[in-house]
Amino acid sequence: MSTLNYTESPLAPEKAAYRHKIPAGDFWIHKITAGQSVRIVDLEGNQAVDTIFYNAGDFAEYYSAQATIRGQRCIYLTTGTKIISSEGNVMLEITADTCGRHDTLGGACACESNTVRYGHDTKYMHACRQNFLMGLASWPGAACHLNKRDIPANINFFMNVPVTPEGGLMFEDGVSAGGKYVELKAAMDVVCLISNCPQLNNPCNGWNPTPVEVLVWD
Amino acid sequence: MPLLVPPAPSGTTFTTTRPAGPAPVPPAEIPPERLLYEETLPGGAGWSWSLRRHLTLRLTALENGANVSLICFNRHDLVDRYNMADTLKGQHTAKLTAGYILVSDMGRAMLSITGDTLGWHDAISGHDNAGIVRQKWGERSYQAARNEWFQNSRDHFLMELGKHGLDRRDLVANVNFFSKVTADDEGVMHYVPDHAKAGDFIDLRAEMDLLVILTTCHHPLDTAESYSPKKVKLQLWRSDPPGPGDWCRKYRPENERAFFNSEVLYI
Repeated sequence: MSTLNYTESPLAPEKAAYRHKIPAGDFWIHKITAGQSVRIVDLEGNQAVDTIFYNAGDFAEYYSAQATIRGQRCIYLTTGTKIISSEGNVMLEITADTCGRHDTLGGACACESNTVRYGHDTKYMHACRQNFLMGLASWPGAACHLNKRDIPANINFFMNVPVTPEGGLMFEDGVSAGGKYVELKAAMDVVCLISNCPQLNNPCNGWNPTPVEVLVWD
Repeated sequence: MPLLVPPAPSGTTFTTTRPAGPAPVPPAEIPPERLLYEETLPGGAGWSWSLRRHLTLRLTALENGANVSLICFNRHDLVDRYNMADTLKGQHTAKLTAGYILVSDMGRAMLSITGDTLGWHDAISGHDNAGIVRQKWGERSYQAARNEWFQNSRDHFLMELGKHGLDRRDLVANVNFFSKVTADDEGVMHYVPDHAKAGDFIDLRAEMDLLVILTTCHHPLDTAESYSPKKVKLQLWRSDPPGPGDWCRKYRPENERAFFNSEVLYI
């Protein structure tokens, strides 16, 4: 295991302006205004938190996994990582991280991709992109109709998906644990869409999806 | 017609057995009776095409250091499109070469890599844009330089997307053929300059009817001293449809199930 980068946050949970527990397998969509900080807490450990950010005023500007890793020349996300949009703008910056590494290449599970990965008997199981679609369909602030077109490559907070020097993509045991968190400060008004991964086929979470908590500070 | 039933669920591990022996080697010279179309793209160009199922698109680097940035869509359902993550995690790879397939976000095999002289094509670094080009090489406008102006992949992607009724929402993560980027133990990305040599080629067989959009602009991490996108030859040829024992279909159990998901489109 290479170096992990740990940085604690000075923000106190009791001073948060907003707190919400996302149940296992559920979605959450919420606006974070410029200057606010959002923390995601992995309450029980190794829970994949699949996350997309949109420009709150223009959903056609969205989180870009490729622009983000290219911008920092590193495939992992951690403290100091600037979250870059499809337009090349900084959306947020990771300001604290007690997990040390997060994935953005592995993407989100979907009913259809589950048929490829695990077999067609998994097609009707709940999946992250079902959550994303529900989140997009329920968001009242969008100026246009949102659908699968608006689901780009996402972040998987608390997941460890190393790329080997030979170009292999591995799924390692989680580097996270109960109580670990990641915190981001918004550089623009964004809408944060989370699917708290319901995946029951992947050993990363021990086949046991668990709740996570989100906190927002002004 | 035999009943189509889903292939067996298996093979989710990294150590899945691959077909024995090397990848089939496609003909270096495409037989004239199979060659349907040929075009040379200058460096810095954009191109889009309706690619019919089971035809093969051959891309050939005509100069050292060529790059082709590519995205593709289901021709009949443009919301069904190339998905980087599903392609990579389904096959446990961060690079693309012979045997691998490009997978859509509906779990369908879109393109199979049936031939490759290079062994590594970049799937993670994205495409360049006006800002990247300006930062590296400055600016050269059309007004000042006419066809010698500096172009970039993002602008070409947006123009070609627009021709097919698509827009920024559809500009998904892309592949960069002919380019190599590695990641070390710390995750730091390393671009390999001049990876492709003149004459290197890759064969991409369509497993469903596709809209293919590509550009011949620089790789976004290209370290070339001057702006100098390279020429690429495009050829369409009539390849054999994949049989039950096709090498790409059998490369991984995941591929077989993705092939099935494409084939049910044609019932």
